[in-house]
Amino acid sequence: MKHRIVITGLGLTCPLGNDIKEFRKNLLEDKSGIRHIDKRHMGKVAAGICNFDEKKHQPRKMRKRGTRAGSISIYCANEALLDANIEFSMMDKSRVGVFVGITEHGNVETENEIHELYQNDLDTGLWSHHHNPRTVANAPAGEVSLNLGITGPVYTIGAACAAGNMGLIQGLQMLQLEEIDLAIAGGVSESTDTFGIFAAFNAQGALGQNEDPSLATRPMDVNRNGIVVSEGGCLYTLERLEDAQKRGAKIYGEIIGHHVNSDASDFVLPNAQRQAECMRMAMRKANISANEIDIVNLHATGTKAGDIQECKAVAEVFNSCPDTYINATKGFIGHCMGAAGSVELAGNLPSFQDNKIHACKNIDNMDPEIDLRQLVKNGPLNKKVDIILNNSFGMLGINSCVIIKKFN
Amino acid sequence: MQTSEVREKIADIISDIALDEDLAGLDDSQSLRDQLDLDSMDFLDIVMELKKRHKIEVPQEDYPQLATMNSCVEYLTPKFMQ
Repeated sequence: MKHRIVITGLGLTCPLGNDIKEFRKNLLEDKSGIRHIDKRHMGKVAAGICNFDEKKHQPRKMRKRGTRAGSISIYCANEALLDANIEFSMMDKSRVGVFVGITEHGNVETENEIHELYQNDLDTGLWSHHHNPRTVANAPAGEVSLNLGITGPVYTIGAACAAGNMGLIQGLQMLQLEEIDLAIAGGVSESTDTFGIFAAFNAQGALGQNEDPSLATRPMDVNRNGIVVSEGGCLYTLERLEDAQKRGAKIYGEIIGHHVNSDASDFVLPNAQRQAECMRMAMRKANISANEIDIVNLHATGTKAGDIQECKAVAEVFNSCPDTYINATKGFIGHCMGAAGSVELAGNLPSFQDNKIHACKNIDNMDPEIDLRQLVKNGPLNKKVDIILNNSFGMLGINSCVIIKKFN
Repeated sequence: MQTSEVREKIADIISDIALDEDLAGLDDSQSLRDQLDLDSMDFLDIVMELKKRHKIEVPQEDYPQLATMNSCVEYLTPKFMQ
C-alpha cells in the first residue's frame, strides 16, 4: 500500500500575484498579467513579469551571486514553508527534499556573458567565474539548499514545459519511497531574462504579439498568434498524509493520480494520442473514471498546432462527461514555462473552497477546429469541485498529468 | 596615487561585493574574511573587479596578499601607480 501524499503549503509568484489569494482573485476578475517589455536584440515584446520582493528571504549578496530562477525558487520555498506552518528549524534537514521543475537553465547567464564578451573585445579573461555555478542544471534547487540549509536530495527536473508537474511527481515519489519526510516541489522559470527564447519562438512563427499586450496570449481563439513568455514559480510542501494529520496541518488536497509519458514523434509538435494516454493512465492510477473529474486544466499555450492537438486529446477523453469542465490559464499570465504546471494548478486549487471554476481568457472567436464541450469561457462558473486534473506538456514530446482531490 | 586613494578604490570594490555588510567599522589590520563574511568566490570577485575596473592583474600565488585591507593597500599601491 503506497503512502497517500497531500499538499500542505504553497509559495508562488507569477505575473498575476505573489500569493495564491492574490492570484485567484485576479483570475476570477479576468485580469491580465501581461505587459510589454524592452528585450535586448528584440525590442518590444509581450511578457509576463513577476514583482515579488527578492530580498524578503535572500541577502542581497546571495541574490547577486545567484540566478533569477534561484531567487524565484528561494522566495517560493520560503513562502511555502510559512504557508504550511511547519516548524522548519526543528526539522531534520537531511530528510527534506527539493525538486524544482525547469524548462531550461543557464541561457540567461550564457547570453549575459557573451554580451559582456563582445563589450570586452572578446577577452575571455574577463569571463565570470560565476558562470559555471550559475549555469549548472541544478542551480535553482541548489540555491534553495544553501538558503535553507537543506541537506537532503535537492535537484532540478528538466522536462521542458511539463516540468512543473514533474517536480510535484518527483516529490510525491520520494515521499512514498520514504527517502524524505518533506518535499518542496514544483517548478520555476526565469525565461523572460533571455532574448533567445523570444527570438526562437519568433523564428518558429509562434511568438504571441499584439499592440495590446493583454491580447498577445489567447489560447484557442482563432486569431491567436503564439506564446507569450512569462517567468514565475510555484513550489508546494508535500507530506505523507499521516505526518500532515499528526501535526494538524492544513491540507489543500491529495495527489491521487499522476502520469508521465513521451510522444516519440516530433521535436516540437504534440501528439494527441499520447496526451490522451497520459490523462487516462493518471486516472487509472487514481482509480477514478473521466466523469469524476470536475476540472481539466489545459496546457493550451496559444499555438495553433498545440491547442488543436491537446483539445483533440481532451475532447476524446472528456467530451462524453457532462459534469467535467475545462479551463486554461495562459490567457491570463502567458506561458510560465517550467513553472506552468505548478502555477496553473495553484490557480485552480481554491476551487475546492470557493466552488468556482475560473474561465479561460481572451477567447472572442473560438477556433472552429476545436470541439471542446464544457469549456469555461464567459466568466467563472459556479460548481462544486472535488477533483482537478492538471495537464502540462513540453517540447521533445513529454507529457505530464497530475490529479488532485479535495481532502475531506 | 596616495595610499588613501588606493584604500578608497579597494573599499569601493568590496562594498559592491559584500552588499549586506557595513564597512564603516572595518579594522584594516584584521582579516577581511573574518569581518565581512567573505568566501573564496568573493575574493575571486575582488580579483575580477581589479582587472575590469583598473586593469590590475593579481596572480593566484599573490591572493594571500588580499587578506586584510592593510595588506591589500600595501600590495596594490605599486600596481595602481604603474
